[in-house]
Amino acid sequence: MRSLAHNPSYLQVTPLALVILLFLLFPVLTILVVSFWDFNAYQLIPDFIFENYQFLLTSDVTLKAYLKTFFYAFTTWAITLGLGFTLAYYLAFYIRSPLLQSVLFVLCTVPFLTSNIIRMISWMPLLGRNGMINSALQQLELIDAPIEWLLYSDFAVVLAFVHLYALFMVVPIFNSMMRIDRNLMEASMDAGASALQTVFQVVVPLCKSGIAIGSIFVVTLVMGDFITVRLMSGGLSASVGVLIHNEISLLQYPAAAAGAIVLLLTVLLMLSILFRFINIKKEL
Amino acid sequence: MASSPRKPGFVPLTLLFALFLIFLYGPTLTIGILSFQGPNGGLTFPLNGVSLHWFRQLFEQQQVGDFGGSLLRSLLLGMSVMLCTTVFSLLAGLAYRRNFRGANCLFYLTLVSLILPSILISLGIGIMFDRLNLAPGWYSSAFGAHLTWTLPFGLLIMFAVFNRFNKAYEAAAIDMGATPWQAFRLVVLPLILPSLIGVGLFGFTLSYDEFARTLMTAGTFNTLPLEIYGMTTNVTTPVLYALGTLTTLFSFTLVLLALLGMHLVQRRRGAATTG
Repeated sequence: MRSLAHNPSYLQVTPLALVILLFLLFPVLTILVVSFWDFNAYQLIPDFIFENYQFLLTSDVTLKAYLKTFFYAFTTWAITLGLGFTLAYYLAFYIRSPLLQSVLFVLCTVPFLTSNIIRMISWMPLLGRNGMINSALQQLELIDAPIEWLLYSDFAVVLAFVHLYALFMVVPIFNSMMRIDRNLMEASMDAGASALQTVFQVVVPLCKSGIAIGSIFVVTLVMGDFITVRLMSGGLSASVGVLIHNEISLLQYPAAAAGAIVLLLTVLLMLSILFRFINIKKEL
Repeated sequence: MASSPRKPGFVPLTLLFALFLIFLYGPTLTIGILSFQGPNGGLTFPLNGVSLHWFRQLFEQQQVGDFGGSLLRSLLLGMSVMLCTTVFSLLAGLAYRRNFRGANCLFYLTLVSLILPSILISLGIGIMFDRLNLAPGWYSSAFGAHLTWTLPFGLLIMFAVFNRFNKAYEAAAIDMGATPWQAFRLVVLPLILPSLIGVGLFGFTLSYDEFARTLMTAGTFNTLPLEIYGMTTNVTTPVLYALGTLTTLFSFTLVLLALLGMHLVQRRRGAATTG
């Protein structure tokens, strides 16, 4: 412990450590403890019961919510990956002026710094029954009746997810691509590979960690979401987050806590697979 | 740029990129236009006249709940989170330049903080305050909840900064007789200032727009995102769009100011080294 007095690092890292301890570790531990508690309509009753989990894990509602959530996560992941990779590829290898590159990059980044809820709401006048898309299609006489599945549907939910989170794919993949030695790509082309072969056999493997980081963000954000699903499905669809949120609204904290712990374990399990592909510290 | 021949695929990729930008900004622009809807206009096109009616409505308290109050709270909260994020991240970034016990553990916990579903943090802090018999408030529990979201970003940015940092400058300052504090204040700090502005910007905007982590931690008084969410269920006039347009404009202005700030700092440094 001699180092404590001599190493200023301990002092410098204290604020961060305190925040993590007080607002991350303690709350998660609280959830874990409370998930074993009993409750009635008025209060929480300290106890050690498994009923919250039992109820959760045997209910059809949970199963459906998980399937729905996996569906959202997978669809959003696949679309943002394809889109994010292509856009990053364009930014990294087609734009040669560094200034233009930064400007385009910033253009992609700025919406991330604005309100998610506003960004979701702003789809409503476009997608609604009498929204812009439906009226335009009707005026062009491409459809007779408004398309109903544009808003308040799985389509709307996934669209909003892609809109909100595509950036989380673009940035890390772009970051990985900018470190690729351009000679490698030329060598690949010189050796007779086609452009597509070069992309899939040279660029993709070298962007592996960027792809993994982007995937981690997108998957965890979608898995834990409740507000997007609620707003964009108009309450018609229930993801895991929506279930937890409903239980919170009913003040059934132990049930919500059990749901949160199961969600946490699920997300950690998914992440443990993704984290095999990367060494975070090397990425920065 | 025009001098060399375009790579194959340039045109379709440019088109895709342009479409993506439209996808990204189109909806925001749409509600921007719709917020100027005339007094009798509805939530969708066509525009029924052009007016500032809905912006005026925004500031009448009975119309949209407590817009002014929630805005003020969000601004104060955002600024405190910005300040703490910048200072705490900088300190932690400095700490990680040396080895210390528990460094890895804390680093991974910070990553966990970044990727943990927000609803867990919100629920956890909410129940914790409840059990401790503390009243949750936007300045206490929500403040902490926001820090668990902004600090990981701040720390990662600081890592990126110090990984690229040339220690020779600092060493030279020490060699020339600077105290560690002088070396930090006169050499290190000016060099990393643009990134610190970036950390501050992240800190503010992430807090200012945060919804999920505030939901169970804000206590009696709403922050702006909570207020907006409340409006989505009971407000059915373009006043919602006016609010959206205002907050988006506000965020854009902040980003521009931060970029300008970074640019100015860099230019001043450029002038200092050449002059």
